Amino acid sequence: MKLVPRPEPGVLEVLLVSVGAVLLAFLASLALLWLYGAPPWEAAAAIAAGVFADPRGFAEVLRRAVPLVLVGAGLALAFRAQFWNIGAEGQLLMGAVAAAGVALFSGLPGPWMLFAMGLSAFLAGGLWAIFAALLKARLGVNDVITTLMQNYVAIYLVDWLIHGPWKGKSAFGFAYTDRFPEAAGLPLLPGTALAWPGVVLALSFAALFAWLLFATKLGFEVRVLGENPEAARYAGVRALFTLSWVALLSGGAAGLAGFVEVAGTHHKLLAPLQISLGYGYTGIIVAWLGRNHPLAAALTGLLVGFVFAAGDVAKVALATPFQLVQVVNGLILFFLIAAEVFLRYRVVLGVRRG
Amino acid sequence: MVESWVVATLARGLAFAVPLLFAALGELVAERAGVINLGVEGMMILGALSAFVVADASGSPWLGVLAAAFVGAAAAFFHAFFSVTLRANQYVSGLALTMVGLGLSGLWGKAYAGRPLAHPLPKWDVPLLKEIPWLGPGIFSGQSALLYLGFVFAFLLWVFLYRTRGGIHLRSVGENPAAADALGINVYLVRYLAVLFGGAMAGVAGAYLSVAYRPSWTEGMTAGMGWIALAIVIFAAWDPLRAVGAAFLFGAFYHLAYRFQAHLAPEFLKMTPYLFTILFLVLSALGKGVRLGAPEALGRPFVRGER
Repeated sequence: MKLVPRPEPGVLEVLLVSVGAVLLAFLASLALLWLYGAPPWEAAAAIAAGVFADPRGFAEVLRRAVPLVLVGAGLALAFRAQFWNIGAEGQLLMGAVAAAGVALFSGLPGPWMLFAMGLSAFLAGGLWAIFAALLKARLGVNDVITTLMQNYVAIYLVDWLIHGPWKGKSAFGFAYTDRFPEAAGLPLLPGTALAWPGVVLALSFAALFAWLLFATKLGFEVRVLGENPEAARYAGVRALFTLSWVALLSGGAAGLAGFVEVAGTHHKLLAPLQISLGYGYTGIIVAWLGRNHPLAAALTGLLVGFVFAAGDVAKVALATPFQLVQVVNGLILFFLIAAEVFLRYRVVLGVRRG
Repeated sequence: MVESWVVATLARGLAFAVPLLFAALGELVAERAGVINLGVEGMMILGALSAFVVADASGSPWLGVLAAAFVGAAAAFFHAFFSVTLRANQYVSGLALTMVGLGLSGLWGKAYAGRPLAHPLPKWDVPLLKEIPWLGPGIFSGQSALLYLGFVFAFLLWVFLYRTRGGIHLRSVGENPAAADALGINVYLVRYLAVLFGGAMAGVAGAYLSVAYRPSWTEGMTAGMGWIALAIVIFAAWDPLRAVGAAFLFGAFYHLAYRFQAHLAPEFLKMTPYLFTILFLVLSALGKGVRLGAPEALGRPFVRGER
């Protein structure tokens, strides 16, 4: 097999190949479900009934999509600048910690409370990410490793807080904080568990990042830096400055996702695995599937949100474990990077000549 | 008093270090060939499950270890195919492998959860050496045979990397694949073999957890050790003998986290491997002229005829 580089693919080709990859991943997942004892038609019917025929089911898709879009749109920006932020999970958790701190200890009234929680969550996530960006820009430290290691620092920090200083008085034997005051809760769409301001936030940030990337000088610098760091240096792109902004924004968006999770769903700080169902890592799929376009991430976030919601439905209807979601997500990613080959290269099968 | 402390820290730290060492040695070889694999955690957990399943069914823990090595290598094959043949982004491919591994093991492991293993891997006492004061009871008695195998592997790998032609080939593929190719080395083949070896070792690391350390299967029992293995590779500057020291150091942190939990929140000690890795990266970047030792072509796909 030989791979021959080919010209840049068109939008339609990209779309077709991406959709094909997702469909193949879904088919593979249905086959997997079959091995698990649920025939594909039954599984598909149960999922369709639970997700699309039920308005509450669709609200669940949106609820899952909100953190994914926030994280994914930010990562799209980061990956464009070749800032390999694998640390959105940690940034999300730091956002949740900051939001919880404000909720539990500030005593702010009414809307000020939510505003302060959101702002501090954004800053906490952003600063957590800037640390890695500074190390990369100033010292050339590998950002993948730094952000990955920071995830675990954040996880254990949350663990420490909920077992130690922030452990709730009313939590008895359990490890979580006290419940947030009323003012610290995001309003829900009536009849659902969906905190609608999260949807607004996610869409606004996806639009904001797209605008930044394609209509501002910063966005231009981000793209030059990502496509050709050498040329960027000659063109006068300030790597430190640009990377810091990218980190602040992508980490900040992940932090906001943490805020939405604790203020919209949990109303307390709890175990890291319960705050985030791996949204930080899954956001990488969202960004990759959207070919690092923040607006496309809004769509792909919805798709991955569907995978999460469908996993919940399957758990109840077919008694499958929740891990199925992880498998499907991983498969989407695998099929996607395999499909990319067909966009970047012409695949020539046969005997190698010359 | 002091003696019991030293002995306990040595013994327990080493017991914790075994899976870290195996996974790190495997990843080290893959990275030396220029392929970073963020799928260690996924390959480890698949190894843990398959080792338990096979050991449980066959009654032979060693057969379980073998199965884990095989399954780990099979999982790694996907990463090799995507990153070497298809030239996909190595970070993304590795992360996908971790997700699939964690998910699949959770899916198929349900039936085995909470069941004790009837025949776990035996513990070994090394004759004569176990009589050495302090070190004897700390290192040479009551440890799993895999610990000693890990020592042997580390030494053999060191010899291989620095004292044999094959080792030079492997390293040159990671440093400068174009030059290696010009010398007639099959870059793709070397990278495939290195990644498969890494997978097999990660599988054995997982097997240690499920058939030796705590002979049972629990979902997510690797608990982030795969990521620590990646940290150890950096910490050890891609040197197999230093990996032994780094694995023990991080293993000792795990032990001390339990030992001191009455006095110091265990969460902080569990954080230390990650903090140390970041600190180490920063310090070595600050030190002028200090070469960290990362293979030059790490993370970059090789395209024949291109530079």
